[in-house]
Amino acid sequence: MEVRKPRIKSIPYDEFKDNATLERLVDELHEGGVNVVVGSLDQVINWGRSNSLWSLTFATSCCGIEFMAVGCARYDFARFGFEVTRNSPRQADLIMCAGTITHKMAPALKRLYDEMAEPKYVIAVGGCAISGGPFKSSYHVVKGIEEIVPVDVFVPGCPPRPEAILYGMMQLQRKVKIEKFFGGINHKQTKEERELGISNEELIYGKKPMVINEVPEEFVEEVKNEQLKVKEEAAV
Amino acid sequence: MKLNNIVFDFDQFASEMANLKNQKGFDYLVTIIGEDFGEDGLGCIYILENTESHERCSVKMLARQMDDSHVIPSVIDIWKAANLLEREVFDFYGIKFLGHPDMRRLYLRSDFKGYPFRKDFKADGKYTLEDDCEPDYGFEYSIDKNGRLVEKKNPLFTDDEYVINIGPQHPSTHGVLRLQTVLDGETVKRIYPHLGYIHRGIEKMSEELTYPQTLALTDRLNYLSAMMHRHALVGVIEEALEVELTDRIKTVRTIMDELQRLDSHLLFCGCCAQDLGALTAFLYCMRDREHVLNVMEETTGGRLIQNYYRIGGLQDDIDPNFVKNVKDLCAYLRPMIQEYMDVFGDNVITHNRLENVGPMSLEYCINYAVTGPAGRASGWKNDVRKNHPYDMYDKVEWKQITLTGCDSMDRYLVHIQEMYQSLDIIEQLIDNIPEGDYYVKQKPIIKLPEGQWYFSVEGSAGEFGVYLDSRGDKSPYRLKLRPMGLTLVAALDPMLRGQKIADLVTTGAAIDIVIPDIDR
Repeated sequence: MEVRKPRIKSIPYDEFKDNATLERLVDELHEGGVNVVVGSLDQVINWGRSNSLWSLTFATSCCGIEFMAVGCARYDFARFGFEVTRNSPRQADLIMCAGTITHKMAPALKRLYDEMAEPKYVIAVGGCAISGGPFKSSYHVVKGIEEIVPVDVFVPGCPPRPEAILYGMMQLQRKVKIEKFFGGINHKQTKEERELGISNEELIYGKKPMVINEVPEEFVEEVKNEQLKVKEEAAV
Repeated sequence: MKLNNIVFDFDQFASEMANLKNQKGFDYLVTIIGEDFGEDGLGCIYILENTESHERCSVKMLARQMDDSHVIPSVIDIWKAANLLEREVFDFYGIKFLGHPDMRRLYLRSDFKGYPFRKDFKADGKYTLEDDCEPDYGFEYSIDKNGRLVEKKNPLFTDDEYVINIGPQHPSTHGVLRLQTVLDGETVKRIYPHLGYIHRGIEKMSEELTYPQTLALTDRLNYLSAMMHRHALVGVIEEALEVELTDRIKTVRTIMDELQRLDSHLLFCGCCAQDLGALTAFLYCMRDREHVLNVMEETTGGRLIQNYYRIGGLQDDIDPNFVKNVKDLCAYLRPMIQEYMDVFGDNVITHNRLENVGPMSLEYCINYAVTGPAGRASGWKNDVRKNHPYDMYDKVEWKQITLTGCDSMDRYLVHIQEMYQSLDIIEQLIDNIPEGDYYVKQKPIIKLPEGQWYFSVEGSAGEFGVYLDSRGDKSPYRLKLRPMGLTLVAALDPMLRGQKIADLVTTGAAIDIVIPDIDR
């Protein structure tokens, strides 16, 4: 089986502008082959996740008002399953970073991001969140939140129109649709973080993350055989 | 107005300032402007108003240099509003105010190096993701008998006090405001506001930009009064240039300002309801706000950030359908305002939550410089449109709304009644927009004559003023914006002492603060 193209109900597939990027991602995922059982489970999970993205209300300035407008009657993002906004990062799936991030706010943003449970996504809304926008030359503005947290979708504009915000959220839906939940690697952590194992817990309390090094060889063999079998069956 | 600064001697400064208030009746401290005067050193300009005669004056005070510190006597005992205003100057310029009990940084992190608004400041663009270890004491500076500067530490909390942080990421603070609240059970004992989480340094940036470029930034301060903010900046530049505007420009600007006020007040009514948990009223207000935005969008092209005014007039003429659209809007909106009252304002729960909550008397309102609807709810006639009329406001008939409840309920009602007044103003003007140019041609490179000007307009939540110091260049030497919300946030502490913590949310909602406007 294969990872399917990310189709969502709201807009026909071909009307999106940047299908090439997502198709490249799909190809990458194909490289290792896709298990039938696991792949189907992935599809179910991704379907559920992509249609119930809960965003953290993280509005620092102008774009936040447009985000409110998207939530209200005229634009109504409840049509796409985004209507639940959470005020606690523990309950949120994504940060909708709507507005300028200043040097004083940067630690707070990083902390909120760290507090969210995986899987987590970030949408950078507006020029300020993308690059510092009109305040790029200021002494107190972060030049794009990508310096602090990994960003999934950029929504340009100053502020973006509600339609643009909806489009950006649909792009995120499509991205969520082509994820490997089982057996995939955790893309959210940076390489450095992975190597050092700097979880928030370790930073604060000095706790070491639990790492399992010695997996019994028989178990590894078993899994490999199973995968081979599946491949052969698929070939036949 | 063009500033004509009064100068006092350093030693007599405190007593002369007290004289100004007690003898001459200058009881409203509009703002304190810190400035790096170049060769003269650092200093401050105080703008004062007499609330009876609405006369304004300005006082210039140069800081005295003692070793490597700059000092000025504090005026916090004369005007309470000076509390945060002086801390702001300390934060940006490093001027220490003698006798101020709580000299801490207000906007920047406590480990920030240097004073960014001084002319010799060089930014390195570095920042840290480590938490800020804030001091739990404020410094009080004074001069001892030997003439030396001494500092005293005033603890902010006692050992057994319970302190919680509300914000910077909290849904009811309307942005990234942080209120450090000292509690006794459910009762609020003190509130220390922490600002600067969205401090973008607009004033400092403007010193590098040409005059037309600076206009782009003001819209993004309080995006709900984008028109008014731009109006104030355009107004001060036009006053300095002595531009004669046509009646058409003035009329269109007045209408646009009032449309923006409707937009802002609608959002206020919605958010106030939402903070109290009434989601229906919020959706009603947001629904009608879209109608207002539609009308503005057809002319300006923007939903939130309008970018419509420019130096010497407007970006473009009004849309051909503008008059019809505005009339339709007025006809639609007038009965709707009653609907917000039916669904939320007249609700018994609303009355119970808002009445007698966050009280502040007239005298305190003036002392703390609580302008705008929050001040008018205590009976202070502070509307800039009446007191210092600009554009068409003295040629149309409208009432200044003042109530006497002094509480959050009346603050809400002032907003509701002001919407009717805005509709009245618009309806009087819309039928006879005079013919004429929409733009008075300016030179390609705009240079202002030397001097200092201050011009203010009535924003949606108070007086919004712009101070401009020009040295004859094509960019301002110093641009200072008087935010509407800074003094309102400072007033939260006296309003809420002894009240319940749940009242903090309702009071914050009722005084209508927008954080990027406060932080600039």
